[in-house]
Amino acid sequence: MVRSLTRTAALIGRARREYAVQVEKAGTVGLWLLIGLLLVYGIVDARQYLVTGIIVGSVIALGALGITLIFGILKFAHFAHGDMMMFGAYVALGALVGGGSIGPLSFGWGMFFAMFVALVALAAGSVAIDRVVYRPLRQRGSSAVVLAIASLGVAIVLRAIMLLWWGPDQQLYVSGIHPAREFPFDIKLKPDQVFIIATSFLLMALVYLLLFRTRMGKAMRAMSDNADLARVTGIDTEQVVLWTWIIGGGLAAVAGVLLGIQSNLKPELGFTLVLPLFAGAILGGLGSPQGALVGAMIVGISQEVFVGIDLPFPPFGVPGYKPAVAFGILILILLVRPRGLFGKT
Amino acid sequence: MPKERLVALLAVSAITAGIVGITANDSQSLEGFISFLTVFITTVAIFAVFALGLNVQWGYTGIFNFGIVGFFMVGAYTSALVTKSPSSGEFVRYVGGLDLAEGLGPLNLEGLTGFVLGALAAAAVSGIVAFLVAIPALRLREDYLAIATIGIAEVFRRIAIEEEGLVNGTRGLTGIPRPLHDLVSPPDYKYIYLAIAVVVLVVIFVAIERAARSPWGRVLKAIREDELATAASGKNIWAFRMQAFVLGAMIMGIGGAVYSANQGSIVPDTFSHFFGTFIIWAMLMVGGSGSNRGAILGAYVVWGFWTLTGLIQPHLPEALEARTSYIRDLLIGLLIVVVLLLRPNGLMGEERRVSLFVEQEDKRQAPRMGTPATGSAKE
Repeated sequence: MVRSLTRTAALIGRARREYAVQVEKAGTVGLWLLIGLLLVYGIVDARQYLVTGIIVGSVIALGALGITLIFGILKFAHFAHGDMMMFGAYVALGALVGGGSIGPLSFGWGMFFAMFVALVALAAGSVAIDRVVYRPLRQRGSSAVVLAIASLGVAIVLRAIMLLWWGPDQQLYVSGIHPAREFPFDIKLKPDQVFIIATSFLLMALVYLLLFRTRMGKAMRAMSDNADLARVTGIDTEQVVLWTWIIGGGLAAVAGVLLGIQSNLKPELGFTLVLPLFAGAILGGLGSPQGALVGAMIVGISQEVFVGIDLPFPPFGVPGYKPAVAFGILILILLVRPRGLFGKT
Repeated sequence: MPKERLVALLAVSAITAGIVGITANDSQSLEGFISFLTVFITTVAIFAVFALGLNVQWGYTGIFNFGIVGFFMVGAYTSALVTKSPSSGEFVRYVGGLDLAEGLGPLNLEGLTGFVLGALAAAAVSGIVAFLVAIPALRLREDYLAIATIGIAEVFRRIAIEEEGLVNGTRGLTGIPRPLHDLVSPPDYKYIYLAIAVVVLVVIFVAIERAARSPWGRVLKAIREDELATAASGKNIWAFRMQAFVLGAMIMGIGGAVYSANQGSIVPDTFSHFFGTFIIWAMLMVGGSGSNRGAILGAYVVWGFWTLTGLIQPHLPEALEARTSYIRDLLIGLLIVVVLLLRPNGLMGEERRVSLFVEQEDKRQAPRMGTPATGSAKE
């Protein structure tokens, strides 16, 4: 009797697990179909929105890449990342002094210099914040949740410094009208926007090379896979953490500057970036660098293309609902495939 | 322990002395002085309700909610829509308008019935929202729920702004019915509302205190400390976490209802991340997560600090005066970080006793036992 009951329980358990696997498989196929549908619709009927989506996506991708690296190596959700991006944008605003303009771009060498200053400042700043806030908590053995709350505190501090220094009003890098140019297939793009996409992809390629072609990258991936095992094999984990913050902070700074070039700067925007950033990183699979790129692109494109779809009910056609689109993607992925498109089980 | 009590006592008395001193100096009359303090305590009581709700989620169960403002907002709008009369005219459009404040005839009790029903409706809707958000997010890592709650707060604000006919868009809702409003002249109403807010706070406080010391409350703490061990002893982790999350959200919804009736009008921009979420986290962290007294104390200290810096503002040199509000933001953020680093237990720390039964047994046995604690140290 008991034996047959145990056997039945085991059978039910196995059936349930298999069912879960099947559900996830079906969900994954459905998810990719939806993504395909979105892209096809974008190419056929909403090319301009699709291209805008790629611009937004390449900005989100740089932030999401940082989030995914920090999550993979330090194992906590870094809620200050949006404010770090905005902070980088403001540092560049402070460092931006003239410089004319190069070719068709609205800005010149001054912007490259400002972007570099922001990158260095944020990389150093992130390391400093880690030393003062996160490392002591880590060494005390605090849980990921406590670190996440600490990052909320850091976010508030960063936001307050921006408000103190630069004020609450919206600011621009370069004022004036910069006409878009015609490209094939009825696409209009400003030269600045081409620059945004190019810079983002160049940086991501560099990070990819660093992760997969250097010793430090190998150590980072090892620590992301299994921190204890990495420590046992003699990897200097503090060194890895240092480089994670340098890369994460630097990418956030550049992402912020690109965001500032595409739209405008406002201290309050920082925290609202958290939603699309995490939606992108989770969609791709937290901890997966390739995933961050794909996920962020899908979030960026969906946000824009949904505005272009002309349907009489929300969230279609209303620019104000862009966060709702990111939220919808987040909920969908959590329901269907919480480990993300490229995440490990 | 005495040292911790001393710090808490010092913080409270410094805040109190500062506020009382500066207000007494600034106000023209005794009436103005008392009226300022009344409004201050009312606001503390409302914030304390949110902090208690967060304590049920984070302090007891270890669920973290970064979108408190979402539930705050749902509660505020729900109670307003339920108690207000139906919308009239082209420029004021909103759904609902059940007119519970005036439309109940003899059952009105000067609007008190409507207020209670509004608060219950706020709790119900807020709880349902929490339940729906938690379905995809609660069974996963804690961080996912935090992100989902940020998302829901963001989306609700967007919906309130974009859907013109739902809650009157950016123009917001005005003339939200206030209970017992006709009893006194409008300038004296704040004293009545102070009593209402304090009663709501006390009722919620007593209810949570009892729940926390019940077997149910002990399971929540067990889940927070060791999820695996709790699951192994046969508890359905998911169900308990869900209950705690929904209960916390319902309390936040009630807080929203108390807030909207106090203000009389709400617009979507009222519900910012800063006042709706960040500052409440600071309150719970300062007071001590896991302690309901701590949550209330934290609300008093943090809001007291906020008010105090506001009172000092006009006395500061001009260059500093314009920036005071951002310096306050900065200090609130620093407060969270510093408390986490230096005093993870906050001012109060978590209370050790967890069971009503054990407490009663202790009391019954204490006279006979003498001093039991010292005996074991010798072994």
